[in-house]
Amino acid sequence: MKFRLIKNIIKQGFQGMWRNKGMGLASVTSITAVLIILGLVFIMILSLNNIVMDTKDKFDEIEIFLSDEATDEQIEIITSRIEEQEGVYSVIFQSKDEALEKMKEDWGDEAYLLEGLETNPLPNSIVVKLKAIEYADKIAEKVKGLEGIEEIQYNQDIIEKLVLVANYVKTGGMLIVSILIFVSIFIISNTIKLTVTARRREISIMKYVGATNGYIKGPFIIEGVLFGLIGAMLSVVIVYYGYEYFFNAVNDRLYVLFTIYLVPPKVLLKDLSTIFVAIGAGIGALGSLVSLKKFLNV
Amino acid sequence: MLIKFINVDKEYDNGVKALSNVNLSIEKGEFVFLVGPSGAGKSTLIKLILKEENPTSGRIYLNNMDITKVKNRKIPYIRRSVGVVFQDFRLLPNKTVYENVAFAMEIIGAHPKEIRKNVPTILSMVNLSKKADCYPDQLSGGEHQRVSIARAIVNNPPILIADEPTGNLDPETSWEIMKILRDINRRGTTVLMATHAKDIVDAMQKRVVEIENGRIVRDEEKGVYEHEV
Repeated sequence: MKFRLIKNIIKQGFQGMWRNKGMGLASVTSITAVLIILGLVFIMILSLNNIVMDTKDKFDEIEIFLSDEATDEQIEIITSRIEEQEGVYSVIFQSKDEALEKMKEDWGDEAYLLEGLETNPLPNSIVVKLKAIEYADKIAEKVKGLEGIEEIQYNQDIIEKLVLVANYVKTGGMLIVSILIFVSIFIISNTIKLTVTARRREISIMKYVGATNGYIKGPFIIEGVLFGLIGAMLSVVIVYYGYEYFFNAVNDRLYVLFTIYLVPPKVLLKDLSTIFVAIGAGIGALGSLVSLKKFLNV
Repeated sequence: MLIKFINVDKEYDNGVKALSNVNLSIEKGEFVFLVGPSGAGKSTLIKLILKEENPTSGRIYLNNMDITKVKNRKIPYIRRSVGVVFQDFRLLPNKTVYENVAFAMEIIGAHPKEIRKNVPTILSMVNLSKKADCYPDQLSGGEHQRVSIARAIVNNPPILIADEPTGNLDPETSWEIMKILRDINRRGTTVLMATHAKDIVDAMQKRVVEIENGRIVRDEEKGVYEHEV
């Protein structure tokens, strides 16, 4: 297509948007709302992912508590059995004294509470560091029946639950977002219909004089895309500054434990803008196409 | 052969049979009147040429090209070879006379230089140079129709179709329009005009094609509006 025609199409698209600014406001608002919600879901998913990853790193071990009666030989058998397994990073024997020492360290200021103990209630244990928490089930299964083991503990559950929550958020969020996208497409298509109706006469003349479908449809698609882009810009601004405010507020109150899981706003900005612009423009274009299909039997 | 209908039938979806077994050939440079009572099939015939409708059976050639099986994407290019003038003018009210005519050139991507050259030429041909900056609501009926003719021919199509172009005009203005159409025809453009205006047809002494109940019942050179009984 000639450049002049493209220039005309773009010009008309802008004119259409301007003429239609009342209904356009509804379109922009709906797209902005969709994208803001999408942004929130996006941030939640990323943060949950961070938590899951982090938890995986922290809990990628199995603790095997030994009974006090366990003989050195039994311990030897257990250790070697574990070392045979796939996914094992290291196997360390931790005596009850070491365990108590560690506990004292962990408790810090409250460690004096442990002073009163007459005997050490903690069992001897074997700490198995894993390459990934996913190996835990298999390894636990392999050593379960062996003599001298009192209990096997690992945190697969926590991680499974976290992954589950993350999945719920993902699915729920996507469901809400898709419904809202659908609604926005509907609103946009109604807006574009107004322009089409207002320009019906012009369109019929254009058809008779031999304008191509692309030339006739182009301005409407551009109008829709423009509404989408405005929505995208607004929502990027709102989500970015809103989130930054929240992030800083949390940080200021020293909930550092919490913020380490949150995605820093700056990191988010580029991806967020890309996604928003793509989805906003997409909704706009699709909305226009929907309305044109019905109204322009070119 | 510029326009050729071969055994064309047209039945609408609602069962109305608008045209049956129409055979028609129009040569380059001809001036043809299409006459017949309302509902006889004149409009359908025009719609088929413009690819607004497709024939149920038969073939239609335009410029030696079979347009019966042309892809939708190509239709605009077919329409560019046919200028159309309607009874109700169909001008854009928010554009001046000049802009209305220029519009037809803009949408096919004509060069602005060409637009600035051609539009005034065409406007002077239809005697509207002085009204170039007027809006349609400042024009008389005849002037409306002249703008619409100017728009139809500004891209220089080989065929001009006029669907009752004088239907809304008084006799004197009608003659003005006919003179312009005759001039256009003399420059080599083929003109096909559907009309009810008996006196115009009788006076012009051109080829007359009469349609009745979807059939061509008469086709004669230098004909008149009605059969001589």
